[in-house]
Amino acid sequence: MRYDLDLIASWIAPGSRVLDLGCGQGELLEYLHQAKNVQGYGVEQDEAKAAEGIARGVSILQGDITLEVMDYPDHFFDFVVLSQTLQQVAEPLELIRQMLRVGRRAVVSFPNFAHWRGRCQMFFQGRAPVTPELPYEWNDTPNIRVITLVDFKRFCVRHSIPVIEAVAVKTEPSARTGLILNWLPNLRATNGIFLLGR
Amino acid sequence: MSEYAEHDLDAAGVGLVEKRLFTFAQDEPMPLESGAVIGPVTLAYETYGALNPDGSNAVLVCHALTGDSHAAGVYSGSDPKPGWWEVMIGPGKGIDTNQYFVICSNVLGGCMGSTGPASVDPATGQPYGPDFPVLTIGDMVRAQKALLDHLGVKRLLAAVGGSMGGMQVLEWAARYPDRLVSAIALATAPRHSALQIAFHEVARQAIVADPDWNGGRYYSCCKPAHGLAVARMIGHITYLSDEAMRHKFGRGLQDRADFSFSFDADFQVESYLRYQGRKFVERFDANSFLYITRAADYFDLGATHGSGSLTKAFSRGKARFLVVSFSSDWLYPTYQSRELVQALKRAGKDVSFCEIEAHWGHDAFLLDSPRLAGLISGHLERTSRDLARGIL
Repeated sequence: MRYDLDLIASWIAPGSRVLDLGCGQGELLEYLHQAKNVQGYGVEQDEAKAAEGIARGVSILQGDITLEVMDYPDHFFDFVVLSQTLQQVAEPLELIRQMLRVGRRAVVSFPNFAHWRGRCQMFFQGRAPVTPELPYEWNDTPNIRVITLVDFKRFCVRHSIPVIEAVAVKTEPSARTGLILNWLPNLRATNGIFLLGR
Repeated sequence: MSEYAEHDLDAAGVGLVEKRLFTFAQDEPMPLESGAVIGPVTLAYETYGALNPDGSNAVLVCHALTGDSHAAGVYSGSDPKPGWWEVMIGPGKGIDTNQYFVICSNVLGGCMGSTGPASVDPATGQPYGPDFPVLTIGDMVRAQKALLDHLGVKRLLAAVGGSMGGMQVLEWAARYPDRLVSAIALATAPRHSALQIAFHEVARQAIVADPDWNGGRYYSCCKPAHGLAVARMIGHITYLSDEAMRHKFGRGLQDRADFSFSFDADFQVESYLRYQGRKFVERFDANSFLYITRAADYFDLGATHGSGSLTKAFSRGKARFLVVSFSSDWLYPTYQSRELVQALKRAGKDVSFCEIEAHWGHDAFLLDSPRLAGLISGHLERTSRDLARGIL
């Protein structure tokens, strides 16, 4: 499994009920079900990915995460996961509030736009960064939110969202290994993973 | 639905199958939701595969409006026409008969072996005709439950069905939540919409307006063939889609180079509809069509089981759900499936949903689709595994 998903999985208590928003083919949920007896539910917009996940035995709803999260009862989940998707969400605050309405804890991970590679491209070439983590040109990117670790922490403070854990990670896309960074995280980390509470 | 569309059959099927009959309510008639009673009741059914020793692998397949108990296999070596869901049911298929014990019965009110308006009323010795009581989807499901009791199936691994079959599946989940582990509802709705009722009403009026219908008493003479054929033609239009019709027929002419300047079937689409109408008359009873469409029209799960709330209708039981809709289905549009999914989520149910991109309109659920087969087999396997692990 991808390194960031592995870290997320390590935070999730066995036997808990988990909602994964933007779950793709349900890799994380499948793993959590087998390894931790987790009752997993996923939401995925893409028909092919959702269908592939259901065919693998994962419970997945094909639909828009911002709409699908609305219908669950309050406190229905122990954890609600939003992995590598926040940068594509139109109303991040509303979504995180909904995640913390339906879940006791929210896990949010996103690519760090302040990674040094991006900064260098911006500074030396004067170009919008294109990196392995953010492989899009300005004209075809689905990423409408530019987030850094520092920005997200400020956002949580400003909106009184308790951060229970924050991890800065250096890894390659789809790599199974990586490092947790404590020194200059906003410069060196490719990803941030946050555990949020109520 | 176009249950007996021509299928490409290259995969191995379940082979020879036999239609069986089960009769109950001989002594004590079966009370119906309308307040009327009926008895005795016979259901025609077929089974494929074998029930395992702990009885945990039974899958009930519920047929749609004009289907029957013959879901898979053939009746003889020379039988050219396999069951209506041959593409889905069989060894290694979406519903794998090597793993599951599959049951399919003709609905109460049908005309393919189950008690219906064409059956003889024991009180008079004549066919029931219009004296047959009006039924509901709930009545059909209660009759199915009697059959399962008879077969020794205490708990279904899954109930599966599309269109009106999907309504029966939902009815099962609401009425007998402890009798099934999962429910698979395809191209269906939690209640019939005005549009769906409207199409049924026009189809019924076509039958009733045929002088041969004779108030429903036509069994001693000629059946209302024209009315029933028109009813079927209307149905076929609603089962396809604009795109499917354009691809299948366009404005193509049938066996001619130019217009006949008459009201013959000049266009391929006209010829197709007339052919489907004629074919249907050979196999279906007009009164059954009236009664079954009525049952579908009355279907409103939230009203029947949740005092108006669909969420409440699903409040009991732990069944897992798989809901599937098809993008070009305008008869049972995706919004109805989403409404169902929303209620299931609010009820805290484990539900999967997929809208399959398909061009063939409502009929898509009956056609060969690796995607649909994958969804169903994945859902069944996971349910089966969790049941064995003691999670469900």
